[in-house]
Amino acid sequence: MKRVGGSSAMAWLFGASLVILCLWVLLPLYLLMVNSVSTPDQIHGWPKRLWPEISFDTILFFWNFQGVAQAMFNSIVTAVITLLLSILLGTPAGYGLARFRFRGKNLFRIMVLMTRAFPLPLLALPLAVVYLQIGLDDTLIGVALVHTMLALPFTVLVTFSLFLGIPRELEEVAWTMGCTRWEAFRKVVLPLAAPGIAASAVFAFVVSWNEVFAAAILTVNNQTLTAFLVQSLDESPVHLKFAGGLVLVLPALVFIFAVRKYMFSLWGIASR
Amino acid sequence: MGLFRVQARAFEPTYPLLQGAEIAVGWYRLDGRVAVKPNPWLPYLLLGPAGIFVLVFFVYPFLQVFFLAFQDSAGQWSLENFRVMVDDFNFAPSLINTLMLCFAVVPVQICLALVMAMMISRVDRGRDTLLYIWTIPLGISDLAAGIIWLSILEQSGFFNSLLGYAGLIDQPLNWLNYQNPVALFFAVVVAEIWRATAIVLVILVAGVGLIPKEYNEAAEVFGAGTWRRFFTITLPLLRPSLQSALILRTLLAFEVFAVVLILGGIDLPVLMGESFKWQFEYRDAGVAATYAVVILGISIAFTLLFLWALRVPEEAQG
Repeated sequence: MKRVGGSSAMAWLFGASLVILCLWVLLPLYLLMVNSVSTPDQIHGWPKRLWPEISFDTILFFWNFQGVAQAMFNSIVTAVITLLLSILLGTPAGYGLARFRFRGKNLFRIMVLMTRAFPLPLLALPLAVVYLQIGLDDTLIGVALVHTMLALPFTVLVTFSLFLGIPRELEEVAWTMGCTRWEAFRKVVLPLAAPGIAASAVFAFVVSWNEVFAAAILTVNNQTLTAFLVQSLDESPVHLKFAGGLVLVLPALVFIFAVRKYMFSLWGIASR
Repeated sequence: MGLFRVQARAFEPTYPLLQGAEIAVGWYRLDGRVAVKPNPWLPYLLLGPAGIFVLVFFVYPFLQVFFLAFQDSAGQWSLENFRVMVDDFNFAPSLINTLMLCFAVVPVQICLALVMAMMISRVDRGRDTLLYIWTIPLGISDLAAGIIWLSILEQSGFFNSLLGYAGLIDQPLNWLNYQNPVALFFAVVVAEIWRATAIVLVILVAGVGLIPKEYNEAAEVFGAGTWRRFFTITLPLLRPSLQSALILRTLLAFEVFAVVLILGGIDLPVLMGESFKWQFEYRDAGVAATYAVVILGISIAFTLLFLWALRVPEEAQG
C-alpha cells in the first residue's frame, strides 16, 4: 500500500493530482487576499494582476465603514456566548450518555440525532416571532441561542465519544482514594478530556461566527458581521465585501489548524 | 484501603423511573460509610439542561413552523400561505433551482471526496499537511465562499483578467447576471463544490480509517489488483460513511443561501433565499414559514429515500 503506482509516470501523475487539488483549495483564498490588499481602484480595474502591490486602503475602508467595527464585536460576543452555552450544556450531557444507563437515554439520543436531519437555521423563523413577544428580538443572546442549537448536537456527540474513550476505572480508582464524584471528574477525567472539549468549543465558535441565515433574520440593528454583510449587500461597494470576506476567513484558517488533530477522530466519526 | 463496592441494583424498586436500568456502581468503605453514593438522578441532572434546551429551541419552534404555515393571520387553519407562495412567480424557479443545484453539486462532491480519500490513503509523507489544506474550506462560511468566488468571477475579476491576458476577450464579460443563467448556475455549482466537499472528505477519511487494514492486505496476498480491492473491499465497507455523507450533504444543499445571494442576488432564486426575502423584506412570517415547510418536506423525503435506497441488506449485517 505504500508503493505509489506501477511506474514513474504513474507516480508523477499522482503527485501532480495532489498538487492540483491543493491549488484548487488554496488559489481562490490567495486571490481573495490579493483583492483585500489592493486599492479599491485596482479592484475595479481590468485586467487585474495576479499579485498585489500591498496597500491597506481597502482594509482601512472596511474598518472605518459605518457599523463594521460594531458588527465584528457583535460576532465575537455571539460566538463566545454560543461557545460557553454549548460546552456548559453539551459536556454534562455527553458525560451522562457515556457513563450511565438510564430510562430515556435512547429517547435523548434519537432527539439529538434527529436535529441533524433538519435544516436548523430555519428555526430562526418561528423564533423571530417568539422573540418579538418576549423582548429578545434584535439581541445577540437571541442569535446565540439559535447558534447554540446548531452546535449543541455536535458538542454532545463529540464529548460522548470523548468520554467513552476514557476508562471508567480511572475514576473508580480516584473514588477509592477518597475523591468525591466531582473531584474525580475534575482531577482525573477533565485533564484527559480537555483537548477534545477545547476542540468542540472551537467548533461551536466557528459555527456561530459563520452562520448567516438565522443571524440575518433575527437582527436589525445589532447585526453580526455576516448579517451586516448580507443586509448591506445592495448598497455596499464591492471592495467592502472582499475585505469582509477576508475577515470572515482568517479566524477559520486558525481554528481549523487548531483542531486538525481531532477533525477525523471526533467530527468524522460523530458525523456518521 | 478498606473499601468495597456494591452493585446498585438494589435501588430499583425505590425509583420507578429507573426500573430495569443498571445504576452506576457505588463505592463504600468497610465501616459502612459511603464514599461515593450512587445517585440515580445524576444522569437526569446531567442531561436535563441540554434536553430542555433542545425541547425549547428545536421541538417547539419546529412545531411552531407548521402553525405559522398552516394558519392565517387571524389564527384560523388555512392554506392561504401556500396559495400565496405557489402563486408567487419566484416559487417554481426557486424550487427547481434548489433541486437542480443539489443534483449538480452533491454527486460531484461525493466522487471528488472519494477520490481524495483514496489518494490520502496512499500518501505517507506530508499526509497531515495535505489533510489540513484539503479541509480548510470546512471552516469557511457559505457567505465567505460566495465572496471568494465573486472575486474570481465578477466582471473585473480574475477569471475575466486571465481570459483577457490570453487574448480571448477584449472586454470583461458579465457572467453573473440574468442574461447568462447557465454561467450563473455553474458559478454557484463551482463555489459550492469548492466550499463543501471538505465535510464529505472528513466523513470518508474517518470511514476509511475504520476499515481493518488486514482485509486489504489479505486481498493483496491473493492477488487482487488496486481496482479490484477498491470495488470489493473498500467501497462496500465504506457504505455507512457514504450514506451519512450523502444524506448530510443533500440536506445542506437544500439550505443553499448565502453563496447564491452573493453571486446571483435576485437573478437565481432559491428556496432559502425566498424564505429570507418574505421574512425580512415583505415581513410575512407566514409565507416564510411555508417555504420552510417545503424545505423540511424535501429534506425528509430525500433522507427517507436515501435510507431506503442505501439500506444495508440484512444478510450482510454481522
